[in-house]
Amino acid sequence: MQTKNIMIVGVGGQGTLLTSRILGGLTLRAGFDVKLSEVHGMAQRGGSVVTFVRYGEKVNEPIVEEGQADVLIAFEKLEAMRYAHFLKKDGVLIVNDQRIDPMPVVIGAAEYPEGIIENLEKKYKVLKIDAQKAAATLGNPRTFNIIVLGLAAKHMDFSHEDWLDVIAHTVPEKTIEVNTKAFELGYGM
Amino acid sequence: MSEKKLMLGNEAIARGAYEAGVKVSAAYPGTPSTEISENIVKYDEIYAEWSPNEKVAMEVAIGASMAGSRALVSMKHVGVNVASDPLYTVSYIGVTGGLVLVAADDPGMYSSQNEQDSRAVARAAHIPVIEPSDSSEAKEFVKFAFDLSEKYDTPVMLRTTTRLSHSQGIVELEERFEPIDIPYEKNIAKNVMMPGNAIKRHPVVEAREKQMAIDGEDFPVNRIEMADKSIGVITSGIPYQYVKEALPNASVLKLGVVNPLPRKMIEKFAKEVDKLYIIEELDPIIEEQVKSWGIECTGKEILTIQGEYSANMLRKAILGAEGDLTAPAQVPMRPPILCPGCPHRATFYALKKLGLHAAGDIGCYTLGAVAPLGVVDTTVCMGSSISTLHGMEKAGGREFIKDWVAVIGDSTFMHTGVNSLINMFYNQGTGTVLILDNSTTGMTGHQDHAATGKTLKGETVLAVDLYKLCHDGIGIENTRIVSAFDSEALTAAIKEEVAREKVSVIIVQAPCALLKSNKPKPAFKIDTEKCVRCGMCMKPGCPAITKKPDGAVAIDATLCNGCGLCEGLCKKGAIVR
Repeated sequence: MQTKNIMIVGVGGQGTLLTSRILGGLTLRAGFDVKLSEVHGMAQRGGSVVTFVRYGEKVNEPIVEEGQADVLIAFEKLEAMRYAHFLKKDGVLIVNDQRIDPMPVVIGAAEYPEGIIENLEKKYKVLKIDAQKAAATLGNPRTFNIIVLGLAAKHMDFSHEDWLDVIAHTVPEKTIEVNTKAFELGYGM
Repeated sequence: MSEKKLMLGNEAIARGAYEAGVKVSAAYPGTPSTEISENIVKYDEIYAEWSPNEKVAMEVAIGASMAGSRALVSMKHVGVNVASDPLYTVSYIGVTGGLVLVAADDPGMYSSQNEQDSRAVARAAHIPVIEPSDSSEAKEFVKFAFDLSEKYDTPVMLRTTTRLSHSQGIVELEERFEPIDIPYEKNIAKNVMMPGNAIKRHPVVEAREKQMAIDGEDFPVNRIEMADKSIGVITSGIPYQYVKEALPNASVLKLGVVNPLPRKMIEKFAKEVDKLYIIEELDPIIEEQVKSWGIECTGKEILTIQGEYSANMLRKAILGAEGDLTAPAQVPMRPPILCPGCPHRATFYALKKLGLHAAGDIGCYTLGAVAPLGVVDTTVCMGSSISTLHGMEKAGGREFIKDWVAVIGDSTFMHTGVNSLINMFYNQGTGTVLILDNSTTGMTGHQDHAATGKTLKGETVLAVDLYKLCHDGIGIENTRIVSAFDSEALTAAIKEEVAREKVSVIIVQAPCALLKSNKPKPAFKIDTEKCVRCGMCMKPGCPAITKKPDGAVAIDATLCNGCGLCEGLCKKGAIVR
């Protein structure tokens, strides 16, 4: 198979590292070659963060470049807009309908763009989700990223059972149950 | 079948150290090198420590090598500058047990103040450099580095970059090799570097390097992948992956040892290909040497010395392929910011209200330079805040620094700040130093240090007392402790000490908001009945507080950690729990 390129983008602290760890576990279990690239250090402090996951028969470079992403998972919509040009022509954009103002917007030096998702829908195949709202129904707002991952799961090459198993092996033991529910919620959307 | 694991480059380096039989590991945290020590600590067979700085870490590793054991020392590229004093001389001494220095460069400056190339330091110190190109090689090359170190009696640099250190790839785990400690023998001609001895060691260094250049052709980590001969590429490390992606049919000479270069191997390869490219991130270290041998090749004429490379970049530079790419959208930047509840925000807001300038340092608090706080005027390197402030006073007099302070974190103070403070005291400076004591090394993800009372191995130890160190140790009479969130006391203390014509130290205490031991307090909310939308609470730039399109102010309960800074600013009592 051709190498598959996944990107996870968001704001530092939204859990991109956890989701990439889940994807890494899945690809390894499925017997693929895989490379993941992450951001640590200063950029993590509330900045724009991006994680690359590439899997296939043989993976060379650890990053996804412009015009190459099969799936772009965005935990925040401004970040979806920032990285949308990384998508392939037929790539899928999964975007969480959450707004987090960056500091230039907070202090009035820039404006948060209007109608981000509507504009992205004109150019890309977009799946929109309000994961914060969905997470609230589970009583645990922090599970929103697993809900997003559940929706994204349908566009990747792993079985439903594998997803659940890897999630159970990756998240803290106390949160396995709620994260499993979160995944199912997203998967069913 | 042996176990396969997905590992970060840094995790693989730690595994390599374990398998190579390393007994001692020392480091100071620094992105992108930190996770090496954080993974080494998991192996009970290895003694691992956080040293106060990279020079100390290097010397600990040298001592371990002298005692006959294998030792690893790891640091970020700018840490190599701090460690370079012992490094240049241990090159003359050589090793007893193998000695490997991991230098983690940061092309693209994801978390650094410059993007210097550590290979240049290794060349100047005449030590070999080994460069892996993925996690699997990272583990294997650590083992090779130790063999090379002992075979040629030399410290070895294993160079990584952020992309390698922070990428995960599949690694096959192997057993640990348990080397026998080499018995100690007194040998002052080798181990005491005074002029009479050093002068005899320098020819050894030169001969060693020449021999490795000859032997390089047979090192298993240097290999030729001969394919289409119209394009030949000499490359190493992560750029090798970009070459394989962009030019899958090209012939490639992949160097595992990038210093010294295997000259004969390179000359042979150059003769076989029509057009030769040298592809290396940062400085033209390989390229300039190859060109000096009269070999025609192309490198920095078409590529940059800045930042990271990519396959797209190589396609464009070498094949002229533009690709059918969409232009990125114009969107507001999202720079890193201080976290909600960060005690540095409270300190910087107090400084801002007093109209003070700060000589800054390296840590999360470097972010005090940007809007809306904008208090930090200067940042050079670890420990520089106190000494640069002192230099300003010596140039511009007391008048110049009358509205200045130095700000430095607790870990950075222990790293090299304490020397600068001793200097300020000794040379009769009058600066005010704020030690922002958040009980951890924050930016790199919470590592302990001598003043936290915990070691890398998690043992509880007696903490260095910062107050006693400054007050009783150095003798700075005007040393005091204030809580970062007691804004009244903090403001009063700063005012008083800045006005004082003597060195003073204010230890501003409050634990990092992200420390696990620091349980967040209940979140605040806005009482919309009382709120007059004046915007006072937004001035310190807390990311938990936002203004809605209709002008109403809201606190995000999932972000707020209840520090109370905004509550103290609200004159209407509209911020409530």
